[in-house]
Amino acid sequence: MIKVEQLTKVFNSVKAVDDISFEVKEGENLVLLGTSGCGKTTTLKMLNRLIEPTSGQIFINGKNIQQQPPEELRRGIGYVLQNNGLFPHYTVAENIAVVPQLLKWGKAKIDNRVNELMEKLHLPVGYLNKYPHQLSGGQQQRVGLARALVADPPVLLMDEPFGALDNVTRSKIHEEFKSLDELKRKTIILVTHDVQEAFELGDRICLMDKGKIIQEGTPAELLFNPVNDFVKEFLKHQRLQLELKLAPQLPKGGTPEANVWEGLEQLKFDGSKNSQAKFEQLMAAFYNYKKAQPHE
Amino acid sequence: MNEQQQSLWSFMAQQHDKLLTQTLQHIGLTFISLIIAVLVGLPLGIFISRRKKLSGTVLGVAGVLQTIPSIALLGFMIPLLGIGAKPAIVALLLYALLPIIRNTYMGITGVDASVKEAAVAMGMTKQQILLKVELPLAMPIILAGIRTATVINVGVATLASYIAAGGLGEFIFGGISLNNTNMILAGAIPAALLAIVFDFLLSRLQSLNLKKLKAATAALPVAVLLMASFYFIPSAYGGKLTAGFTPEFMGRQDGNLGLQSKYGLKIHTIVIGDAVMYKAAYEKELDVISGYSTDGRLKAYDLVVLQDNKRIFPPYYAAPIVREDALQHFPELENTLNMLSGKINDSVMTELNYRTDYLHQTPGRVAKDFLVAKNLWRPERNGHAGTVRIGSKIFGEQYILANMYSMLIKGYTDYEVATKTGLGGTKICFDALTNNQIDLYPEYTGTGLLAIIQPDKKTVDSLSVDKDKTYSYVKNVFTKYYHIKWLQPIGFNNAYALMMRKKQASQLNVKTISDLKRYLDSK
Repeated sequence: MIKVEQLTKVFNSVKAVDDISFEVKEGENLVLLGTSGCGKTTTLKMLNRLIEPTSGQIFINGKNIQQQPPEELRRGIGYVLQNNGLFPHYTVAENIAVVPQLLKWGKAKIDNRVNELMEKLHLPVGYLNKYPHQLSGGQQQRVGLARALVADPPVLLMDEPFGALDNVTRSKIHEEFKSLDELKRKTIILVTHDVQEAFELGDRICLMDKGKIIQEGTPAELLFNPVNDFVKEFLKHQRLQLELKLAPQLPKGGTPEANVWEGLEQLKFDGSKNSQAKFEQLMAAFYNYKKAQPHE
Repeated sequence: MNEQQQSLWSFMAQQHDKLLTQTLQHIGLTFISLIIAVLVGLPLGIFISRRKKLSGTVLGVAGVLQTIPSIALLGFMIPLLGIGAKPAIVALLLYALLPIIRNTYMGITGVDASVKEAAVAMGMTKQQILLKVELPLAMPIILAGIRTATVINVGVATLASYIAAGGLGEFIFGGISLNNTNMILAGAIPAALLAIVFDFLLSRLQSLNLKKLKAATAALPVAVLLMASFYFIPSAYGGKLTAGFTPEFMGRQDGNLGLQSKYGLKIHTIVIGDAVMYKAAYEKELDVISGYSTDGRLKAYDLVVLQDNKRIFPPYYAAPIVREDALQHFPELENTLNMLSGKINDSVMTELNYRTDYLHQTPGRVAKDFLVAKNLWRPERNGHAGTVRIGSKIFGEQYILANMYSMLIKGYTDYEVATKTGLGGTKICFDALTNNQIDLYPEYTGTGLLAIIQPDKKTVDSLSVDKDKTYSYVKNVFTKYYHIKWLQPIGFNNAYALMMRKKQASQLNVKTISDLKRYLDSK
């Protein structure tokens, strides 16, 4: 779906992005993870030509993006910004309808689609005529997401989309994000510096540092099979929590797909007689999962 | 002293048609230049927000334009654009540019970077980003710039009357020349009100919320265009000949008022500053002007004086007027000043004025050449017996006379001299004299009678035909009321006169003002 080949970006003789290549399959969530200045945002912005690469090529759906008019390219790619970037002089409805207006949809079609997204993103219909500054941070971010999704683009780029939110709001939005049907079909590239977020939302993760990709793989691969000390160090502080989150409560193929971490969180509020047994059950599942992983 | 008793309100009521015309002209001038300034400044501001390297240069140039004194800027315009509305509008436009360019630039560069990035990422074209995002978000700041520019323009537009572009400056500067406070206020108060009202309206527009602003921004150009069109309403009528009269002449009984009442002269008239009037006549922009009979430009521009066959212009014999306490303080002063008495007749004065006004010789040099030729010049004695302060009004003849008096005092007495030349008009000069800021200045009998004493009409009629009667009347009144002494007349009569180009006057066979009226009345 998206193919990046030997991409390099030089700013004032500093290599912000240094000869990276990766691929994202259709429907996959790829997270670009790293500290600030590692080149992850620059990489993301080259995908919709907000930044032009110094060298290298990008193909989306097999087409070289350099050979498309940038405006046309961007209208087919959803984009969510950290500070939401909503137009302060547009109402919520107008903000969501920006791309359909550019694509010259009919009024009825736009209204239907906007209302649909308001509902899916749990935004009250009464907010349609409010201005962004009248909304909370979480609500603004949902409007930003709705604006990116409105034209149903196959690709979604997200630049630290939940970075400005408080922890409670963020984990709530994470849940919604995972359950939103609109997103399941999309190829998503998400930039974050938050390891938890990366593990929670990413099918695969590219860990970047100084413009290079240090390791690319599934969360489990990064956690249990780090290529070097940098990766190990990066994940060290949250290792246990990450492992608990990766371990499923039931062996492979079992349903539901809840992880041990979630099981433990529920347990806290349970307090019933069989909580002791349940705890041991979870720990056993975790132990089995750990044992199944290849050891360093 | 009739004028003083008349209230401001009755003056405004009496002159209401003129007041309306001037106010409309004022609004028109302000907004025509504002429209052009926006048409130039807005794109320029947008341009430098794209090319930030140029912003320093462009804002710098606009800033320098802003610092040029308004009168000087109008002066620069005359050789390029002549007189009338054009140079006035260009000058106003130049003043309005800086706030508009600067605020457009600030407004656009101040749009939140993430909002701009979002607009690009949504797939908007550059033009769409400008029109849908940047300009709407910058609009409150741009409006603030337009508001500043409007207020500046209302103020500077008062000066437009100097170059025949009309506006409330006609009353203001006419009032200053005529020593008529009501007239000054009749111009100044509406001008101030205009500034306050426009500022208030635009501030309301600025504080509208963004949604309403969309509608208001659409209505604004319509409103501004409407106001701009005011300028053309009053000037819609024309005529065979065009007269250019100074603001002072317009308001005087021995000026335009007398021409209308005694001659019944009806002519398309524009108000113009003395400095550019003669040249405008020479260049055929004007046909009839209100000049002074000894003006050097009369000779320079080949103009001819129309005979005042009904004698409405009273004699304007020049003489130094001196405060009596200064005469006591400087005992030799009176005799020294009187040395010039009877030495300069009309044609000599015209010649001297010609040398300063047209040949651009300095008044000092002209004064010295004249005194040397008359064997009156003596080297300075460099004495230290106190300082005599000489004033003069702001035109060439007065400068020459002030220089002659200065040289005579320095050559024949031990007094020192300080000159305060270029005092704006009769009112300013006379006030400076009575308030002990200067000791003497050359004044004219007619001015003393009509602008300062302002006696009733009957007295004026009985006096103004006879030069000696006028002189003795003003001399007595000044001594009695102001303790100011009129010394002996210098000899020339610098009266008001209507002038035309020699060639045109002879073609039309116009020799007197009555001839002119006959020509104008014939279809």
